Amino acid sequence: MMLSKYLSGILLVEMSLGNSAAIRGTTLIMSQTVSPSIALPQTQQVLDVELRQVSKYFGGEAAIQNIDLKIREGEFFSILGPSGCGKTTTLRLIAGFEQPSAGMVLIQGRDMSRIPAHRRSVNTVFQSYALFNHMTVKDNISFGLRVKRMGRSQREQRVADALQLVKMESFANRYPQQLSGGQKQRVALARALVNRPAVMLLDEPLGALDLKLRKQMQVELTNLHQQLGITFVMVTHDQEEALSLSNRIAVMKDGDIEQIGTPSEIYDYPQTPFVADFIGETNLLQGEVEFADSQILRLLTPEGTTVLVNRSEANLPDLKTAVVSVRPENIRLSQEAPLNEGNCYSGYVKHIMYLGTHLHCVVQLQTGERLTVMQPNRSEQSLTPETPVYVSWLPSDCLALAA
Amino acid sequence: MRLPAFWPLPRTWQGWLTTALFAFMYGPILVLTVYSFNDSIRYTSVWQGFSLKWYESLFQDTRIFRALQDTLFVAIVAVAISSVLGTLMAIGLAKYYFPGKGVYRGVSYLPLIIPDISIAVATLVFLASMAIPLSIWTIIAAHMVFCLAYIAVVVSSRLGSLDPNLEEAALDLGATPAQALIQVLLPQLMPAIVAGCLLAFVLSVDDLLISSFTAGGGANPLPLEIFSRIRNGVKPDMNALSVLLILASGMIAALGEYLRYKGSTTMAEQFKGDDVCAILLSCVGMNWVNDLPVRYPDLQDPGANRRFR
Repeated sequence: MMLSKYLSGILLVEMSLGNSAAIRGTTLIMSQTVSPSIALPQTQQVLDVELRQVSKYFGGEAAIQNIDLKIREGEFFSILGPSGCGKTTTLRLIAGFEQPSAGMVLIQGRDMSRIPAHRRSVNTVFQSYALFNHMTVKDNISFGLRVKRMGRSQREQRVADALQLVKMESFANRYPQQLSGGQKQRVALARALVNRPAVMLLDEPLGALDLKLRKQMQVELTNLHQQLGITFVMVTHDQEEALSLSNRIAVMKDGDIEQIGTPSEIYDYPQTPFVADFIGETNLLQGEVEFADSQILRLLTPEGTTVLVNRSEANLPDLKTAVVSVRPENIRLSQEAPLNEGNCYSGYVKHIMYLGTHLHCVVQLQTGERLTVMQPNRSEQSLTPETPVYVSWLPSDCLALAA
Repeated sequence: MRLPAFWPLPRTWQGWLTTALFAFMYGPILVLTVYSFNDSIRYTSVWQGFSLKWYESLFQDTRIFRALQDTLFVAIVAVAISSVLGTLMAIGLAKYYFPGKGVYRGVSYLPLIIPDISIAVATLVFLASMAIPLSIWTIIAAHMVFCLAYIAVVVSSRLGSLDPNLEEAALDLGATPAQALIQVLLPQLMPAIVAGCLLAFVLSVDDLLISSFTAGGGANPLPLEIFSRIRNGVKPDMNALSVLLILASGMIAALGEYLRYKGSTTMAEQFKGDDVCAILLSCVGMNWVNDLPVRYPDLQDPGANRRFR
């Protein structure tokens, strides 16, 4: 009786392993044809990481509260938010360094509540790298394989592959403190990758690098992700990084997930004022709903500005107040009164910041609001502070959000 | 006024002050060294020519060597046990969070500031009330009290400067908690553990007060022996012994410094200069005990900020 139960258990495990391998294969083929900025099809239901109603309290204070997260196999998923929003805690819960106060963490469909960090098939790249300074680069990378008692020849082969993958072959016998920041970063990546985890966790992986190196490593991270087909979960506060690398992004604020979506969904159709403001730059105008029909919404701000906004994208219930988000690049700046644009206001230029390709202007409206406008840098325009200007945008170029 | 290019004396008042202070600190030791070579019949301040006779008489003195044996035995056993317990204590205090931790930590490091005489009397009273006979083992037990705290304090200062994610990184790569401790954390802490041991060793060798209260059963450590002899008048062979002790301590310090230097070329920032300074100073006989809480104000919890992120 016991034996048959045991055997059927093994059979089940093998079947599920076989299944997931087959699905993994298809993912790999797909990920070669799908470019990284496009989301994987919604129909794909294999989840590598799942958080169900997870909360974590530290001494009575909630770091995260009732989070639901579904990370699909093979995707590059970013958790984005300001510092203290609980994004690192979320990552540490997946890695197993913290136990959830409530809820459940699943990795590849298995409940992780009784599985300690060292028995989870995830590997972490720490922000501080956490390299072992008393070991050479090679020993650092082979550490995971050594503690798993992998045979020498196989181990050496894997380490060599990993070194090659991060282009660090010639540094194998150096010690970590003989490496630059970017090189340490590569070693940390290799040390995690060599274990062939189901999920790679990256905690602000590029936070300590300078701008140029960061751009370079972003490209390499994307390449690695495509080559390996492993699920990447990255925590970052850098919205540009999240937008350029991820298949999907979860935006977090105060221990809650504000929105999950593809980079373009998050940028073009933010669901909350916080997301609109945090991802990229935006102008938020709050006001009372004066008029609403099936297509258009008219808002009156406390300063007395009337704003028209298309209703189609924002599935707002009948609200008394709403917030309109206008991206600076969607606002047109002109010195003559424009033709009918829907929203048009006069004011004067308050500040100008020269950004090379663009001019970053702050426009003071006559009604009192200030708007940020991003204007392509064209030489025919002669904008100086105090220049009277008109700002305008179409109702379809802005978005109404619940206040 | 321009000083000549070659001017062996200090050029600034700061230089003079430094020289004066060094003379103040090391003058007595220098005098003692010189007089250990004095060819005199008994202790005298009159220089009567160079001689090694006090060293000869010292080396023929078997009692001194038995006392030295006792001292080394006490120091080695006390430090060996304390190194294990002290390291675990520092790691435990840094790593875990539990109610009353602040109090617990304070109590753990208290022997650093409790006067030796209190430890000595308390130990004696305790042993007497428990009817435990005094022996060399009671000295070892009493020495462990302060050795433990010193080693823990040096190790915890090193722990505070380590990457807080090191152990987690090892666990993440599949190491069991025991493997993470042995293969990752301990090697990184080793310089501090060695430094703490050297420090505790020197303090144990140096201790007179606690040993004199807890010694029994024929155990007679070196400081006790020296002290009992000096009561009957100082003989120049004690000068010779002191010189040898200073030399030996200096060599231990030099060894520690060498290990640190060698380590720092292959490992990342090794034990801080602070640790080495501490050993050096204590080795040349300066009492920096009361100074310790100032040197190591970082008895705060290095794990605390990590947990609340």
